[in-house]
Amino acid sequence: MAHVLPNSDPKPRATPASNSSEFLQGAKATVPMIIGAIPFGIIFGTLAESSGLSLLGAMAMSLFVFAGSSQFIALGLLATGVGPVIIIATTLVVNLRHLLYATALVDKVSHLSHGWRAILAFGLTDESFAVVNNRYIERTDTNRAHWFFLGSIVAMYSNWQLCTWLGIGLGELFPDMTNWGLDFAMSVTFLGMIIPYLRNKPMWIAVISAAVFAIVLRDLPHQLGLVVAALSGICIGYASQQIELRIHLSKVANNQNKGSQL
Amino acid sequence: MIAGMALVTFSIRYVMFAMAGRIRFPLWLKQALTFVPPVVLGAIIAPLILMPEGFLDISFSNPYFWAALVAAGIGFWRQHLLTTIVVGLVSFVLLKWIMS
Repeated sequence: MAHVLPNSDPKPRATPASNSSEFLQGAKATVPMIIGAIPFGIIFGTLAESSGLSLLGAMAMSLFVFAGSSQFIALGLLATGVGPVIIIATTLVVNLRHLLYATALVDKVSHLSHGWRAILAFGLTDESFAVVNNRYIERTDTNRAHWFFLGSIVAMYSNWQLCTWLGIGLGELFPDMTNWGLDFAMSVTFLGMIIPYLRNKPMWIAVISAAVFAIVLRDLPHQLGLVVAALSGICIGYASQQIELRIHLSKVANNQNKGSQL
Repeated sequence: MIAGMALVTFSIRYVMFAMAGRIRFPLWLKQALTFVPPVVLGAIIAPLILMPEGFLDISFSNPYFWAALVAAGIGFWRQHLLTTIVVGLVSFVLLKWIMS
């Protein structure tokens, strides 16, 4: 509406008028995430062949799995000659975090059709979750928000396909690219993703113990060390959180007792 | 293998949406799940960074370790993912070049 009605809200409403503008906003909000994913996708494409995955396989993985970190891990496992069952099981463990994301968003999508929910679930990456969750926190006009969600997914998805394809091409052009140490890109990306979580002691304890276990158990067959290390880290983190909570509660109780004595 | 990975990944992402609030996790499980992302990522990268040649190596000749240290420093200081990645990658390339 171009003209303002006399009795309307004096503040211009931020609510976009249409599904397409929600879609575009979702795509736009995802741009910073896309910039981070570009090197990631390209490197995945370049590493595929040297890890023993066919070029078609690499493209299919990006098209149908669409989960960057587990795609990288699958490459790493393939390169060490691990079988498909272990790779699928590792994918399950590594992607369990998406269950958390879905749990956080489920109330926002429960009114949608099953088709919509399936599409939004397919595209529930770390990046789109961060962007979409932020939108739900910041704005209360949620009746068209699924278009925002879809916009974010389409942007992430098309970029991921393009970068995988580019990476495959670059890998063909420069076969020695795998010796450039680009494998460090995944490590440093994950390192960067861990940092925002390290806000309290239990999280630190969990991550450090998982890292120690992963190093000590590295030589277990079939990358079992990774799974054991992750599970141990989670248990240790949870336990230290509970201990911290108990200590905190007993301190509060002590203070209250002192207060009532005065 | 790819079909299996796709199925597993989609199922994890879809199960909650499909049930639309009819599953409620117990509190302890929810709390335990909050540790999953950083713990899994940490367990993946620790051996890659600290033992690139297959043994624990924190000497000056391990560019993975020193570049990760630089990236972590920048990461905690700037709290910006892209800056962390770029600085980490540049220092890795520089360190590798110096060491060769």
